[in-house]
Order: sequence, then C-alpha cells, then structure tokens
Amino acid sequence: MDPARFFAASRVVIVAGKGGVGKTTVTAGLARAAALAGLSSLIIEVEGKSGLAALFGREPLTYEQVELSPGGGREGAADIRGRTLTPDDALLEYLRDHGLSRISRRLLSGGALDVVATAAPGIKDILILGKVKQLEREKVADVILLDAPAAGHAITFLLAARALLDAVRVGPINSQARDVLDMLTDPTRCQVVLVTLPEETPVNELVDTAYHLEDRVGVSLGPVVVNGVYPIIAGLDADPAMATAAAAAAGAGLRRAEADSLAAAAGFRLERTALQREQVARLADRLPLPQIELPFLFSADLGPPDLELLAASLTAGIETLSDLRTDVRS
Amino acid sequence: MTSLLELATTAQVVVCTGSGGVGKTTTAAAVALEGARRGRKAVVVTIDPAKRLADALGLEGLTNTPTQIAGEWRGELWAMMLDTKSTFDDLVVKYSTDARQAQRILGNRFYKNISGALSGTQEYMAMEKLYELHEETDFDLVVVDTPPTRHALDFLDAPRRLTRFLDHRLYRILMAPTRGFVKAVNVAAQAFVRTVSKVVGGEVIEDAITFFSAFQGMEEGFKTRAKVVLELLSDPNTAFVLVASPRRDTVEEAEYFARRLGEAGIGVRALIVNRMHPTFGTGLAEAARERARTLAGTDIGALYANLADFRLVASREEEHLSGLAELVAPAPVVRVPFLRTDVHDIDGLTEVGRHLFG
Repeated sequence: MDPARFFAASRVVIVAGKGGVGKTTVTAGLARAAALAGLSSLIIEVEGKSGLAALFGREPLTYEQVELSPGGGREGAADIRGRTLTPDDALLEYLRDHGLSRISRRLLSGGALDVVATAAPGIKDILILGKVKQLEREKVADVILLDAPAAGHAITFLLAARALLDAVRVGPINSQARDVLDMLTDPTRCQVVLVTLPEETPVNELVDTAYHLEDRVGVSLGPVVVNGVYPIIAGLDADPAMATAAAAAAGAGLRRAEADSLAAAAGFRLERTALQREQVARLADRLPLPQIELPFLFSADLGPPDLELLAASLTAGIETLSDLRTDVRS
Repeated sequence: MTSLLELATTAQVVVCTGSGGVGKTTTAAAVALEGARRGRKAVVVTIDPAKRLADALGLEGLTNTPTQIAGEWRGELWAMMLDTKSTFDDLVVKYSTDARQAQRILGNRFYKNISGALSGTQEYMAMEKLYELHEETDFDLVVVDTPPTRHALDFLDAPRRLTRFLDHRLYRILMAPTRGFVKAVNVAAQAFVRTVSKVVGGEVIEDAITFFSAFQGMEEGFKTRAKVVLELLSDPNTAFVLVASPRRDTVEEAEYFARRLGEAGIGVRALIVNRMHPTFGTGLAEAARERARTLAGTDIGALYANLADFRLVASREEEHLSGLAELVAPAPVVRVPFLRTDVHDIDGLTEVGRHLFG
C-alpha cells in the first residue's frame, strides 16, 4: 500500500500495547513515516512523561502544542507537532467552550474532578477522547497519533464512551460519549495500531487486546507492529562453531578467546532469532492482521538517528501491505 | 549492603516496584519461592490485572485469599491475586458501626465506582492486604508487586489521598444541604450542585450524596488504619526492591521511582535489572565493527558484525544503568540475563532465582 494512502485512510491513529513494548517509539516512527509521505501529524501523549520528545531531540511535551519536526528539508517532509492531553485541562477547556467557565475553577481546585470522576467513571477518559474528536473535526493535522495508555488500561480507556452512554443518559456528557463512539467505530475516521514484542507474554496479551477492542469497542484494527526483531546479518546462518574454522580459512589468526566470543555471540543471535520467528508465526496464526516488523536497535539510543531508521522500516512495512482491509473475524 | 538472598531470608515484607513489562511479577514470585526454600512461610501477592503471576505459578486463577502451591521445599509457598473491590468491602465492614451502615455503603453506586475505579484505590488496597497478611496471619514473608503504571507509588500517598478525598470541599458542599449550614453557603452550594448535575446528570450526584452521608463516622477508622499501613512500609523489616530493564526509557522510569521512594524516606534495598544482553569477551564494539568492515563479505566478517552489535548494546545498557545504580547506592545491583523462554512454572522461577540469589 502506498504510505500516503495508508495514512490518509483515517485521520486518527491510536497506538496501543502493553508496557515496555515500545509504543511511544512506534508512535514517533509513524509520525515520521507520515511526514515523509507528505502528511502532517499531531502526536498526542496522555500518560505524562514518556520520552517521546527526546526521539525528536526536543524538550518534554506540554498541553500547548509544540513543533517536534519542522518539515521541509531534503525530503520535503511534512511537519510534526506534539502535545499532551490531561483530563483537567480538557475539562477546563470543555467548560469554557460550553459557557460554564464560572464553575470550572471550583471544579478543578484541589481535585474536585476526582469526586465527579468517581461518581461517573470514564469521565476522565471521555474528556480526553472528546478533545481528540474535536481536534479531528477541526482537521488540525492530516494524521492525529494518540499514544494510548498501556495495555489493560487501553481497553478501559476506549470502552469509556460505551460505558458512559449507559451511566449518564442525558446531557452534554451523553452526547460527548456518543460523538466519541461514532468516531472510534468509524474506520474512515479512526484505527488502532497494536504494538508487541516477538515474545510469548506480549504476543498473548496482544491477541486478547485485539479481540476485546474489536468486539467490545467496535474499533477498526490496523496492522500489528512487531517491535524489536533482530535484523538478519547476511552470512550469519551457519553453525556457530564455524567461527574457528572460518577464522582459520580467512587466515585471521584469532586468539582462542576471541573465537569463542564470536561463536557465543553468533549462537545467541541465532537462538533468539529462532525464538522470535516462532512468536511472530504464532501471532500470525492467532491473529489474522497484517504485520509490520521493526528492527531491534542495538544502539539503544532512541534519538533522532534511530527515529529515521524506524520510519524507514515502517514505510517499507506499509508498502508491503495489501490495499484490502482485514477484519479479525474474517 | 544487604544481598538479595539476605532479604529473602530475613525481610518480613518485600515490595517489588518498577514500570510495566520489566518482570516485577516474576521477580516477586522468585523471591517468595526462595523464602520458601529457606524454610519460611511465604506468600506472594500480585495486583497486576493481567494474570501473569497465575501464569508464572502455573495456576488457573487466583482468588483474594492465598492458595498454597505444592512443591519440594522446606517452607511453604502461597500465592494470591489481589481483588481490590473485595479488599475494600472487607474494610468497610470492619469499620462500619453496624451491618446496616455497611450494607448502605456496599450497595451504593458511587461506592462501587470508588472501590473499582478511583485512581490510587488499587495501590492503597494492595498495601492494606499486605498489612493484613503481615499482621493478622502467620506468614513470615509477604512479597507484593505494584501495578505497572507510573502511578504505582501512589500508595505512598494513597492513605492520605483517600482521606483527603473524604475531607474534600466538594464533599462538604454536597453535604451542606443535609447539615444545615448557614443559608448563604447553602444557596451557593445548591447552585454548584445544580450546575454539576447539568453536566454529569442528577442521579450521579445523588449517588455521591447518599454515599457520603452513609460514610459518616467511618473516616477515623480509615485514617488510623492508613497510618499504621504507612508505618509498616517504612519499617526496617520492609524492603523495597526496584525492578527495571536496561532500556533507556525504563531506566528513566526507574530513576523516577527511586526518587519518589527517597522523598517518602524509603530507601531502595536492591535493584534488579532483567533482560540484560550478555557480554561476549572484553573487547570494544568499535574494534569489532572495524574488523567487520575490513572482512565484509566473508563468514568471519558476519561474525564480527554480530559481535559488534552485542558489544554495542551491552555497553549502552551499562551506560544507561550507571546513573540509576548510583542513585540507589549502596543497594546491590543484580543483573538477570535475557532468559531463553518466558517463565511460567516453578522450573522457570528456579532459573530466575539462580541469577537473583547466586
């Protein structure tokens, strides 16, 4: 699929996955890939500090939108902006926009929102999603990327709209929840990209999350991103014990310890690669969604150069996708 | 400097904390297992909603009371998954003046939301359960893990947070109509309640008012309990163990946790770093990369390219960790390598234990 078409399919892309799988890195990579395809993006962070801005070499995000990457340059890339969304700020804005600014200060002072939010749980989530919906309506960017809360909470987060529709039957919260649900369940407006590692537990949890999101929220699922796959090294597919033999053949005159290190490192890579392939295959078997693999970054720096690498891998992955949408159940 | 083994043999309470996906649950279970091996009666409590501990212990599912796990060890190993709501229910029953008050609260919709959804409740109830197991049962080692969020240490504020919630101004405003405050306050309060009702619906506010009036008289019991729980957490026989992985972002999270604990006057007693890449030999990544370049296209070149990758990642991991290790000093740093497979049985925990306890 042409990356520009992929990113134009829905304005909102929600990136979700369990803690530690690299959700934030993938969000940043997707923004960069969209920029290279000529589409501007806005990244929204909802869970406090996550190191996302550092990937762009910038200071941590704030509620005020900031530029993360100006666009232009040799590639003629589009711009990337970022911001956070907190329930308190979103509520303040909501009340102001609805002529209720008189109570807004009182409601927020000393955490009164906690009391109201306890009375109707999901209200914080709906405040955030409501704001996302507003940004979508205003077309603030070609792509709005939401770095969702970690795993289990992602389901509750996205289910908030449905739950609130039952709890609060009239008034502005009700219509807000209805609008949010409309957006979440419309594949031309919103899709969820799930992220996992090629490991057993993350794969299991991803499969559960995928079915929950599709069945209970009714949201459309995009490709699954498998993060941290060891890249293949050409020529590194033989028996690890070959090191000494290869060294002898190459006349490299290796010390014994060096040959042992080479062999052990090769053995480790080959073993882990096999384990990863097994998990990737298991994921494909249990979840009929297209996969995009991202390489493990040995530099482990998570700075701008890594971001370019991830964006390139995502673009390549998107190009291999078919143009047809896949449904988990189909 | 105490070793981790010493903690497993002598500490009465061990709290494993850290961000999501770093192996807290597995670590907690391994510590409890080691305790049992050393002849102690150990219980591990998980508050992780994903049933990972159940996986780790090969259990089908855990209830809110400990279940014993059979095995070949001198002591006893028990496990349980925290049920936040029933733990809170038990507390309500304990501190209510009579059965009728308890029933009024337990049946209230607002209460159901508090016990299930108020941020911090889960953390607070975990500490409550920990206290209960420590004080009211004969376990001599209680190991608990914290939820996989940045808010995991909210329990340090949780007792205060909950009581602050009950002391809240909005609460007093909501209660004003029934308490016969002076008229002026009452009018303002009513107007406020009306506006809030307009936004969230009247039923919601009614539920809240009913809850707060039912709760009257119970605050003191809750506050006292919260205080003794906090005291247990700062007791020298309670050890906080920080669990991390060597990625830059998770190390930053771990540093945040370490500082948070420090602010609460609690020291980290051990740092466990899971998922470390192994080191192969002693050379530098750059040297290996250089040889890979000159030998490019040959088998040996590929081997050097691979070695360079792993030397690079290992050195980066150590760089990431150095600041954290300093921050938690003199706590020992225990490195656990990448394991061949995920841990979901006692054999797996035993292997983790070999790395943890030497």
